[in-house]
Amino acid sequence: MGLLNRLDDPYEGGGIVLGKVEELLNWGRSKSDWYLHFGLACCAIEFMAMNASHFDFMRFGTIPRTSPRQADFIMVTGTVTFKMAERIKILYEQMAEPKYVISVGSCSNSGGPYWEHGYHVLKGVDRIIPVDVYIPGCPPRPEAFEEGMMQLQKKINQQAIFNKRKRIELEDSTKDESNKES
Amino acid sequence: MTAAEIFEKLGSEFGSAILSLTEEPATDSFITVDPAQLFDICHTLRDEESLLFDYMMSLSALDLGENLGVVYHLYSMTHRHKIVIKVSVSKENPVVPSVERIWRTADWHEREAYDLLGVKFDGHHNLIRILLPYDWEGYPLRKDYVTPDTYHDMKVPY
Amino acid sequence: MGEIKRMDLEYSQLDSDRMRINVGPQHPSTHGVLRLEVEVDGEIVTEVVPHLGYLHRSFEKHCEKLNYQQIIPFIDRMDYISAMNNEWPYVMALEKMLDIKVPEKVEYIRVIVAELNRIANHQIAVATFGMDAGAFTPFLYYFRDREAIISILERLSGARLLYNYFRVGGMAADIYPGFKDDCLNVVKQVRKTNAEIMKLLIHNSIFIKRSANVGILTPEVAINYACSGPVLRGSGVAHDLRRDEPYSVYDRFDFEIPVGKGDVGVVGDCWNRNIVRVHEMEQSCRIIEQALAQMPETGDVKAMIPKRIKLPKGEVYMRTENPKGDLGFYIVSNGTDKPERMKARGTSFVNLSVIPEISKGYMFADLILILGSIDIVLGEVDR
Ligand code: SF4
Repeated sequence: MGLLNRLDDPYEGGGIVLGKVEELLNWGRSKSDWYLHFGLACCAIEFMAMNASHFDFMRFGTIPRTSPRQADFIMVTGTVTFKMAERIKILYEQMAEPKYVISVGSCSNSGGPYWEHGYHVLKGVDRIIPVDVYIPGCPPRPEAFEEGMMQLQKKINQQAIFNKRKRIELEDSTKDESNKES
Repeated sequence: MTAAEIFEKLGSEFGSAILSLTEEPATDSFITVDPAQLFDICHTLRDEESLLFDYMMSLSALDLGENLGVVYHLYSMTHRHKIVIKVSVSKENPVVPSVERIWRTADWHEREAYDLLGVKFDGHHNLIRILLPYDWEGYPLRKDYVTPDTYHDMKVPY
Repeated sequence: MGEIKRMDLEYSQLDSDRMRINVGPQHPSTHGVLRLEVEVDGEIVTEVVPHLGYLHRSFEKHCEKLNYQQIIPFIDRMDYISAMNNEWPYVMALEKMLDIKVPEKVEYIRVIVAELNRIANHQIAVATFGMDAGAFTPFLYYFRDREAIISILERLSGARLLYNYFRVGGMAADIYPGFKDDCLNVVKQVRKTNAEIMKLLIHNSIFIKRSANVGILTPEVAINYACSGPVLRGSGVAHDLRRDEPYSVYDRFDFEIPVGKGDVGVVGDCWNRNIVRVHEMEQSCRIIEQALAQMPETGDVKAMIPKRIKLPKGEVYMRTENPKGDLGFYIVSNGTDKPERMKARGTSFVNLSVIPEISKGYMFADLILILGSIDIVLGEVDR
């Protein structure tokens, strides 16, 4: 019942929400991700099904964009071949920061079924661009796509926006200390 | 028409250019022909009233060790019969006449055979690689092919 | 500030009436990773040069390195939209060489799953074709229905898209209880949606204006290019291997072969190619109903053959009717457990080669429609 009460009176205590600006920004960023769909092979068909009525990917607030310049993250779904690899890199470089990459399916994770004899298959898209979330499966089930999307949102939520360099330095120094201790 | 009848028919027209007919239990019967006359033979196969092989199902090239072979699977929409034609050429000089002008579908099949096995089709209007990048080296489906270590600074093996 | 330099060019030298545009290799409306280099004169397409190979996954090399059972999953990944249909010619080719007689029940299961997969394939084809023309609703309707088919195939084989369900001489698993009812429900739903789509999309006047009289493929050209499947039938040639060279138990069913008749537009245009697919779904429904009625209740579906298959020396070319057309496998065996050479005659590979021929002289926007009406899968084009 707690939830229903909350819905009736969303701003208990006068409509004031206390929080950090950073959290608010991250909340906004993670809940409205626009993506560049880089559909390459079989996984893209599963992703199409994911986008359609039954699973409804857009409930994550994602909107497909056809231009990398408007995209927050790029979804590499399928086998990356050498002929394609350079184009992925170009598109990735065109995206504005902050940018993320989801690698979908065994193929773009590691070469998948083609890892051994595939003379024309790049063994993992992470050899050319940095990957944030890996979704395993051949092809991944739609539930796996959901989980992957949630992982990305989690990652975005934890990111620092202000005083980034200072905080990174701080983190690094504490890490060094703890390393020394251990 | 059966393969034997087609073999006879072609033999009466082209004589020694039709090399042999193979009929074995586990094999589709095929006719081996001389590559030098392939274009004319294929022309006859398509246009002769009793043959009318107007539909090329597939064109495959294969590595036979010393030689490279090209296999043509033909079908007739009118007579509903099939035939398999084979030629073989040496690896040093793998030149086969192109049949692209007879069956347009052979265009891409020939480019693929060139791409993967290095068979050169004489008379093809645009014989360039089709599947692999244009600057790829070697013919991957040859038995002695070694996978390169890198392509454009990307590592190829796992 | 520098002076703006005037270029010393005659107007005729500018050649401004022709432009080369690049489409793809990654674009939603190319149905995969196809790259088209298009030369346009204003809006009119004057030349199309397809560049393939962006999904060349070395299928034929894998076949030479793996044994016969291991190849089946790779065949799934060729035409990943209709994987069940893909496995069939391959196992049939092996069965022919090994001289195995497949049990009756297996034949019926194969027919049913293949026809279910054919419906799923055509649903995607019509849905994405509609999307190319700007109609989004059929996409949502068809994908909703497709889930029902996918869940049947998933319960049979364990996978949603790439099934690996066929085995040489049998199937991987038997059907589950309640399979018949599920299939009949699917058939009912497919018919209902198709009736709706007929009104919503096929006879929609906007859709007709877009797709009728566009991309006309004459039967002679189609045969010369060895087109097959709905592309050939849309041009009015009733060529269907299920009837012309009946394999399996297809000779026991009563079904028609829909061809483009030119009710709207002319025979061989995009509209006619598309309507063939919608009618074929209905015919598949009929086959499924008959097969369910005729299927023997009992029987073993697992093959009684050794785990490691060794083929006798020889070669075979086997083709069956894929949803997209004739899919052929040419297998050369050298007597070991691995093929010496295996060539797949990709249906889409051949069908796509007709694109430069039929898209000349139409608007640039029509090129996308023509491509959609051919229904290609790049996994099969590039292999
Ligand atoms: S991971 Fe599997 S399903 Fe995905 S693209 Fe690769 S082969 Fe296809």
